[in-house]
Amino acid sequence: MAGVDMDMQILIVDDYKTMLRIIRNLLKQLGFNNVDEATDGAQALQKLRDKPYQLVISDWNMEPMSGLQLLKEVRTDTKLKDLPFVMITAESKSENVVAAKQAGVTNYIVKPFNAATLKNKLQAVLGAF
Amino acid sequence: MTDQAETNGHEQRLEALVSRYKDIDPDDLVNIVEGIINTAQGDLSSVNLKVYGEIEALSRYIHSARQEIASLRPDEITDEHIPAAGEELEAIVGATEQATNSIMESVEAIEKEAETLPPEVAQRLTDSVTQVYEACGFQDITGQRITKVIHCLTHIEEKVNALLETFGEPGERSARERKANETSGAADAELMNGPQSSEDAISQDDIDALLASFD
Repeated sequence: MAGVDMDMQILIVDDYKTMLRIIRNLLKQLGFNNVDEATDGAQALQKLRDKPYQLVISDWNMEPMSGLQLLKEVRTDTKLKDLPFVMITAESKSENVVAAKQAGVTNYIVKPFNAATLKNKLQAVLGAF
Repeated sequence: MTDQAETNGHEQRLEALVSRYKDIDPDDLVNIVEGIINTAQGDLSSVNLKVYGEIEALSRYIHSARQEIASLRPDEITDEHIPAAGEELEAIVGATEQATNSIMESVEAIEKEAETLPPEVAQRLTDSVTQVYEACGFQDITGQRITKVIHCLTHIEEKVNALLETFGEPGERSARERKANETSGAADAELMNGPQSSEDAISQDDIDALLASFD
């Protein structure tokens, strides 16, 4: 648990309710209980501006605002620009990864993923827990 | 044949006609021919006649194609088959989502019960529950794949409608709009392709290596 605030506020963003539920449950198993949800980029951006979060885990393919657009908005917002942003998406082409990296993504997980991958990536972003 | 030679040929044929039918006044015959030519509009040169012939053949071809297309009942494709296929696919997404949520609810209940069990048993149960959560991710992937197929059907519908309009069939049956293109930037839209086939997709290890290459 050293170094990582397990009570941190995490925002998960996905237009599939089932996926939100899966990620929430996996985060709960890892010890993160303060998890909030949004179903598209626009809703997520509003939540991020209304309340402080320490981590965003977002899908890419959403409407009306995609995960990539959300990432770009976050990186250009002076208050949010340093927020860790993990993309979890089925978009698994190299150009997607490159576009996300160029936009400032912190880490990238391709769907389908497993709990171990999620844990590894979160540890890479947040430190060991 | 030159114009002069053609004119001489016409004169010879006219003379032969007059000698065969003595009562015919050549002037009357010329008047009749000139009348026919004047009735036809425009310049009836041999080139133009060829062009008219080609256009007529093209017209017959288009007419024939229209009849063939009409016999295929393309209106049924856009009015019935494609919407029906789309609805079926959407029903599959709905059904799998419902089933997945039922599975999730049951597994969440099991996970809660596990907290009351001895730690070793609880851990084994939790591990199994985790595997079920991971597997439930299929609903998201299948949903996205089916959405791609629905977009594909919409594209076909648009093309068939365009074909109908080209051939003069009612074209007011507009295809369902694809919201993604309306709302997302072009570059982003091009990147939103959903799950890839195994040939096109790169693995998590490849993604990690690609990300590391930026550091």
